[in-house]
Amino acid sequence: MAAASKATASSSSTVNGSISTLNNPRLLKMSYYFTILSPTDTPLFNIAFGTSKGGGDGIARFRFPETAQYMNQFIIHSSLDILEEAQWTNSGMYLKHIDTYPPAAAYITAFLTPSGARFLLLHQPPNLPSSTSTGSGLGSSSLLGTAGSTTRASSSSIAANPTSPQTEEAVRQFMSEVYESYVKTAMSPFYKQGMEIKSPVFRTRVTAAGKKWL
Amino acid sequence: MAAPRHATMQSISNGGTQGSDRPHTQQSQQAQQSQQSPGLRVPSNRKTIYDRHLNRSRNAELSRASFAFLFGEMVTYAQRRVTGIQDLEKRLNEQGYPLGLRLLDLLFYRSTSTSSSALSSSSTSSSPPNRPLRIITLLHLIHGPLWRLLFGRAADALEHSVSPDTPNEYMITDNDPMVNTYISAPRDMSMLNCAAYVAGIIEGVCDGCGFETKVSAHNQPTELWPSRTVFLVRFGDAVMEREKVLERAGVK
Repeated sequence: MAAASKATASSSSTVNGSISTLNNPRLLKMSYYFTILSPTDTPLFNIAFGTSKGGGDGIARFRFPETAQYMNQFIIHSSLDILEEAQWTNSGMYLKHIDTYPPAAAYITAFLTPSGARFLLLHQPPNLPSSTSTGSGLGSSSLLGTAGSTTRASSSSIAANPTSPQTEEAVRQFMSEVYESYVKTAMSPFYKQGMEIKSPVFRTRVTAAGKKWL
Repeated sequence: MAAPRHATMQSISNGGTQGSDRPHTQQSQQAQQSQQSPGLRVPSNRKTIYDRHLNRSRNAELSRASFAFLFGEMVTYAQRRVTGIQDLEKRLNEQGYPLGLRLLDLLFYRSTSTSSSALSSSSTSSSPPNRPLRIITLLHLIHGPLWRLLFGRAADALEHSVSPDTPNEYMITDNDPMVNTYISAPRDMSMLNCAAYVAGIIEGVCDGCGFETKVSAHNQPTELWPSRTVFLVRFGDAVMEREKVLERAGVK
């Protein structure tokens, strides 16, 4: 799977960027913002990255200007109320897609560790020239079913439709991989719950998980 | 034995002779070496805690003698500058608390990773364990899986307070707590129960799950079990209120 997506990356890297190709579903590039919050809502870790599937270069391109990156944090934190409601009705660790912020087309997916840390992932499809971005996103995923191989379909539909089962599954894999690293961090005798995670190795691990699944 | 948790802690400083049987771990480690920032201090064997597998020490056992020695030292340490038995028990409790928080994550990680090892063969249909939402599920988690992780066996009893005044009190009984095996309190401290440390662990687990609790350890010897200990778990008002709401909503 990894090898397949690499091949796609090299083949399509030449065409990416121009406006006319944005309607091509294979070139829809999702941007992600991932954050870990402690049970008392302290941010422990955050990272922004873009998709690496379907020719993505792994760089986040949010709709906000460079100076307004705090919008991501703002949107993510505003979903905490919904998360805390969902927390007591759904006993799974992976709570799936919990919140949408339509003005920015931001989708928020949550994962809850048993000890109360929250992993939140914001995904935002790229800004489309047309006004109805979600509609075209849905349309493109159906387009996609007819074209391309299975690996391509599953990887590109992540970019096209943030609420599809394939996306939820990919995010679940991503979350469990981050969870493993998080448990390793928490097991360290030098780490106390609620401390910021500064380890560069942890960051590398999260980036690698993002590359692998999203 | 208290093997799993201590072995995990130990593996952080332990020499890394293991792991050669896992090629993928080594690969990712090599990929990382090139990216590590200069400020990071890496162990001499080039393995960070992230390169170690969390299940490696799962079935490992730790020497009971060394555990008894370490725990004895912990009690001695806690006993310095304390004003009384309550104070000493409070300190032991505080030492156990962070361990409870960690064990919770480890416990869930280990139970998910067993189902995900099955996952590699049978695609995606794994059922990770659920976070406890109700008091009973939480207490069963402590009574069973947590006790097995710590002591290699389930606790001996789990009871609800019969008194109508205290519906928030639950009792977990251990007939022969391992922490007390080599401890005999002096006569003037007969009230002391060093299993306050285990009470702290329980408190950490409950708190981590979002159940505000006070847990204390009490001696309740019987003819057959002279060191029988009862852990009294008292849930906070907020927890009891939420419990009622969840019951009405039919959440299990």
